[in-house]
Amino acid sequence: MSPRILLESRDLVRRFGGIVATDHVTFSLPEGARHALIGPNGAGKTTFINLLSGVLTPTSGEIFLDGANVTNWSARKRAHAGLARTFQINQLFADLTPIETLMLTIAERENAGAAWWRPVGARTDFVDEAVALLAQLGISDIAHHRVGELAYGKQRLLEIAVALAQKPKVLLLDEPAAGVPEHEREQILDVVAALPKDVALILIEHDMHLVFRFAKSISVLVNGGLFVEGTPEQIANDPRVRQVYLGEEEVNV
Amino acid sequence: MSAITPSTEAIRARAVLLGRSRWGVAEIIFWVLAFACYWLFPTKLSLLSEIAILGLVALSVDLVLGYAGIVTLGQGAFFGIGAYAAGLAAKHGMGTSLWSDPVIGLFIGGGVAAVIGFATSFLVLRGSDMTRLMVTLGVALIVDEVVNQMKWLTGGSDGLQGVLPSAVLGIWEFDLFGRVAFVYSMVVLFVLFVIARALVKSPFGLSLQAIKGNMLRTRAIGMPVNARLVAVYTVAAFYAGVAGALAAQTTQFASPDYVAFHRSADAMLMLVFGGAGHLYGGLLGSIIFRTMQDVLGNITPQYWQFWLGVTLVALVLFVRGGILGLLGNMLAAWRRKGGAS
Repeated sequence: MSPRILLESRDLVRRFGGIVATDHVTFSLPEGARHALIGPNGAGKTTFINLLSGVLTPTSGEIFLDGANVTNWSARKRAHAGLARTFQINQLFADLTPIETLMLTIAERENAGAAWWRPVGARTDFVDEAVALLAQLGISDIAHHRVGELAYGKQRLLEIAVALAQKPKVLLLDEPAAGVPEHEREQILDVVAALPKDVALILIEHDMHLVFRFAKSISVLVNGGLFVEGTPEQIANDPRVRQVYLGEEEVNV
Repeated sequence: MSAITPSTEAIRARAVLLGRSRWGVAEIIFWVLAFACYWLFPTKLSLLSEIAILGLVALSVDLVLGYAGIVTLGQGAFFGIGAYAAGLAAKHGMGTSLWSDPVIGLFIGGGVAAVIGFATSFLVLRGSDMTRLMVTLGVALIVDEVVNQMKWLTGGSDGLQGVLPSAVLGIWEFDLFGRVAFVYSMVVLFVLFVIARALVKSPFGLSLQAIKGNMLRTRAIGMPVNARLVAVYTVAAFYAGVAGALAAQTTQFASPDYVAFHRSADAMLMLVFGGAGHLYGGLLGSIIFRTMQDVLGNITPQYWQFWLGVTLVALVLFVRGGILGLLGNMLAAWRRKGGAS
């Protein structure tokens, strides 16, 4: 029996005016996947993630999440159906603390976010879960700091924590290590490597260390289209990939 | 989760989160002083009632602007709607029937404003701050004109005469010195404040701050953003409507001035004065605004707005977060100094 497909796109197209940002991408992600999406700058990786997560609507084509056609679903509905993502540029709540951010996310997941008659913190099960999640990502020390004042690397970890708090089936990580200074990088690599096994992952990344350490399969996106798919070895040794992608940047694998 | 006994971090987190909804000493002092004004300024009770009512409007603006981040110049419309609804109820109740009962009048004023607020909330869901500003302003202008034109109902530019509410709860008649009016306004303000306070410190309130902070992320975590905004906008309209009802009842009058644009602008100004997003900002702002108007108005009747403007510009330019921001900075500086010595 083949593994269950959790996320799928069929013939997905997105045009911005005359530009085809996503060009007939057919792609599927089985459960437990560790899949990296790579490609040169402007290849349409983030557009593809935005289409999958519902931030953008496709020009044509279809998206399936765990068997359901979610093409016309809002980002909110997809999130409730088990799709979580992080953003390439931090999208956090600067005036809240990490613990509040996670409390909020957990409450939404449990449809308890509109409760107005009891204070935040009254649901001790949520507090315990949020605390455990911060510990899991190694950021317990900044639990009660204002997010806007945190170091960039900590904010990146919080991005991942928020996505995990949604208890997703599918997690889309958009360049989790982007912009993180060298000394904080290792912590993020460790966190990504230790993500729950049952969550299917897509990772967009320029950092080839992270890609080859983490991915069991890789897709190369070029000019919006799926150029080639394969195992990390196949991709690393594919002369076409070297030509279109690796040729552009200095990469040490 | 497997943890049966919570970790020390969990216990601390619970304490920190719950501690935020505990009443502070400063808060208690504030409310004791506010009610003590009854004895402290017995000759100024109508002014103080007016401040309480303005504070309630500013509180309503704080809910939508300070917490949910919706810029609005339309809160005056809900104030006016509440005033006319409660005024009409009192007028046609003739001081005898249940309709002229002030407390029922509050629910009528607040309720009608909430219905209009709910209906127009869908207009502010989309668009930028500028769009919202214009939409709320537009709605306020429409309400203003409707009130002026519907002479048969509202009395047009002459205002609504003969608003005679009966005794509060059938016991306390409104008196000439404004004693009942003050206590009544303060109790209503306090009750609504306590509810607003619970609301902003709840998961619902946290979600509003999140929407203000980053709408993209709130949608990504599956939050029904529009439903939350509709809810808070409606609640705020109710608050402004109750304030209007209070105004009509305590002054026994409603005029087009109650729906005029300057009401909305004043409410926002008071909030910015005091500091948005802390609930107390609007209350402090209303105290300062109305006191300045009174004091400066006595010194330079024609130019009080000049000094108001100067203060506003100075506060906005040099202090982040209004009076509360200023107090916070001073407290922090004092603590630093205390820690160093």
